[in-house]
Amino acid sequence: MLSMQDISMVYRTDLVETHALRDFSLDVAEGDFVSVTGPSGSGKTTFLNIAGLLEQFTKGRYELDGRDVSSLSDAQRSKVRNEKIGFIFQGFNLIPDLSLYDNVDVPLRYRGFSAAERKRRIEHVLDLVGLGSRMKHLPSQLSGGQQQRVAIARALSGEPRFLLADEPTGNLDSQMALSVMELIKQINDQGTTIIMVTHDPALAGMASRNIHIRDGQVSDVEHDTQLVAAIAG
Amino acid sequence: MIFYYLKLGWLSIRRNPWLSALMVAAIAVGIGASMTTITVNYMMGSNPIPSKSDQLFYVQLDTWDPNTVSDDPFEPPDQVTYNDAMALMKSAPAYRQVASNRSGLVLEPENRDETPFNVDARNTFADFFPMFEVPFLYGGGWDSNADEGMERVVVLSREINERLFGGENPVGRSVRMNGMDFRVVGVMDHWLPVPKFYDVTNGAFNDSEEVYIPFNVAIEYQLPRNGNTNCWKTPDGSGFEAFLNSECVWIQFWAELRNEQEKQDYMAFLAAYTEQQKLIGRFPRPLNNRLDSVMEWMEREEVVADDAQVMLGLSLLFLLVCLLNTIGLLLAKFIGKSGDIGLRRALGATRGTLFRQHMVEAGLIGLGGGIFGLGLAWLGLRGVEILFGEFIENLVTMDWLMVLTAIGLAIVSALLAGLYPTWRACSIAPAGQLKTQ
Repeated sequence: MLSMQDISMVYRTDLVETHALRDFSLDVAEGDFVSVTGPSGSGKTTFLNIAGLLEQFTKGRYELDGRDVSSLSDAQRSKVRNEKIGFIFQGFNLIPDLSLYDNVDVPLRYRGFSAAERKRRIEHVLDLVGLGSRMKHLPSQLSGGQQQRVAIARALSGEPRFLLADEPTGNLDSQMALSVMELIKQINDQGTTIIMVTHDPALAGMASRNIHIRDGQVSDVEHDTQLVAAIAG
Repeated sequence: MIFYYLKLGWLSIRRNPWLSALMVAAIAVGIGASMTTITVNYMMGSNPIPSKSDQLFYVQLDTWDPNTVSDDPFEPPDQVTYNDAMALMKSAPAYRQVASNRSGLVLEPENRDETPFNVDARNTFADFFPMFEVPFLYGGGWDSNADEGMERVVVLSREINERLFGGENPVGRSVRMNGMDFRVVGVMDHWLPVPKFYDVTNGAFNDSEEVYIPFNVAIEYQLPRNGNTNCWKTPDGSGFEAFLNSECVWIQFWAELRNEQEKQDYMAFLAAYTEQQKLIGRFPRPLNNRLDSVMEWMEREEVVADDAQVMLGLSLLFLLVCLLNTIGLLLAKFIGKSGDIGLRRALGATRGTLFRQHMVEAGLIGLGGGIFGLGLAWLGLRGVEILFGEFIENLVTMDWLMVLTAIGLAIVSALLAGLYPTWRACSIAPAGQLKTQ
């Protein structure tokens, strides 16, 4: 499903060279739910950006769904993002002056679906996250947890093979965080591959696998999530 | 997708109303200034009779003195003498031709309680009306028999007919001017060629005359002349007859020639006529007759004034300055949307898609600027009218073409101004924006 081999990412300025990832290798199988943990500045977000084709890496090989994506053009990368990858962000990243319906509509517009097909998908995913009755509301009229549910609905609307979540519960209280995590778990149970960056070992424990990144490398090759959960206590 | 882009553009404009208003204002001011001068130049240079402007020719005969040059030593005088005009009317081989001159008469209303008043008049021939496609509300022009028979007939303008007869059909009724009764044969509909091509020597942007009478009648009764008269030689003798036989030029002469052959034949006639006149001591300068089509004549007479063109250039420079301001404002606006752009990139929008979306937004701002700019242009034209007086009022009118030009110019300007800001905004790396939202 996802295979990274010896990926390096170096940010250069005139004065400084920062190695965000060093010879980073990871394989994720279809249907996996992988949590990614690590201290701040360890390279978690860089890894997620590269996995989501939002950033080009300096060196290495990256295959997504059996296809080498290293040499894709910008437009091809956009197409892959649109069709195969769903994003969930810590800050929800909803567009404030669009209704829930129109927010979920954004990726579908770029997919070129007909109006009827878009409507069907939007209604379906908003029902799925429990907000089917509030389609015309603006994001500001929802709680944080509900906004994150809309973001999840938007990520799911294109029926992606692959969901990338960056601290999806970072801005939520524990009750809402649990509810969102249950939803993410439910999505994974239906076959969507999920990679979730988190600093919270308890949430990491809900994944089927965990990797720990330190200094741009996978430091603990693969923790058993039960162990992570035990550490989290 | 265009409707989606329009919706997003409108939402974006509403999101930053003050910034958007500033951009609309910058474009509106530039469009207002440039459209004011563009309109004046356009009206000055417009074709007043497009259906046959290449078949109507202004006739110039070089009767001038070789020792007295005016502005340009190679230019023949811009009007003709009475004798030449009559000779051409009698013998020149044109499909139609007319001599005419500007005049002024005193009109005495039927109602004795109303005081007489001056009217602008034109002395001309029967062909004037079909040749210049004059529209008629009632009746029509007179025929050539009226010219030859010196019949006292008159064609009224619509405005003067409303004043005299309340707008009713006056054909057959009588109008008294300069102590003589004239029988009304027709009333023109609104007719205001801009420029007033048939007589640019007496003001290219003046109104059309209010009454039209046969040229021969005006000569017979020695009615007054109001237009330009230039003489290089003092008339031999005094009185009206001496003036008619002088080398003074005061008549505009037009010929309608339907094809190149007719034009060549006419030129050949003018050359032969000139040679004949040389034998009796006239036409002292080398052969230099001219036949200019309507637009050639407008250009030769420099109907579009140089200072109007300078103003046009300055106003376009001003538009450029406004656009530079708009570029800065758009840059601020679009860079401020980095988060939105990064998100859309993450969700699958290509750079091209976002480029089109933001160009549509720039176009919407341009549309707003165009609409408000039209209002400012209207105010500008009124200002020009107040500044230069009523004689310019025919130039300060916007037709539909000018309205569409204003909107089009505003949109194109905004799109040009939007190119760089849009390119910069679409070049933003999406990853850097998503965390900061």
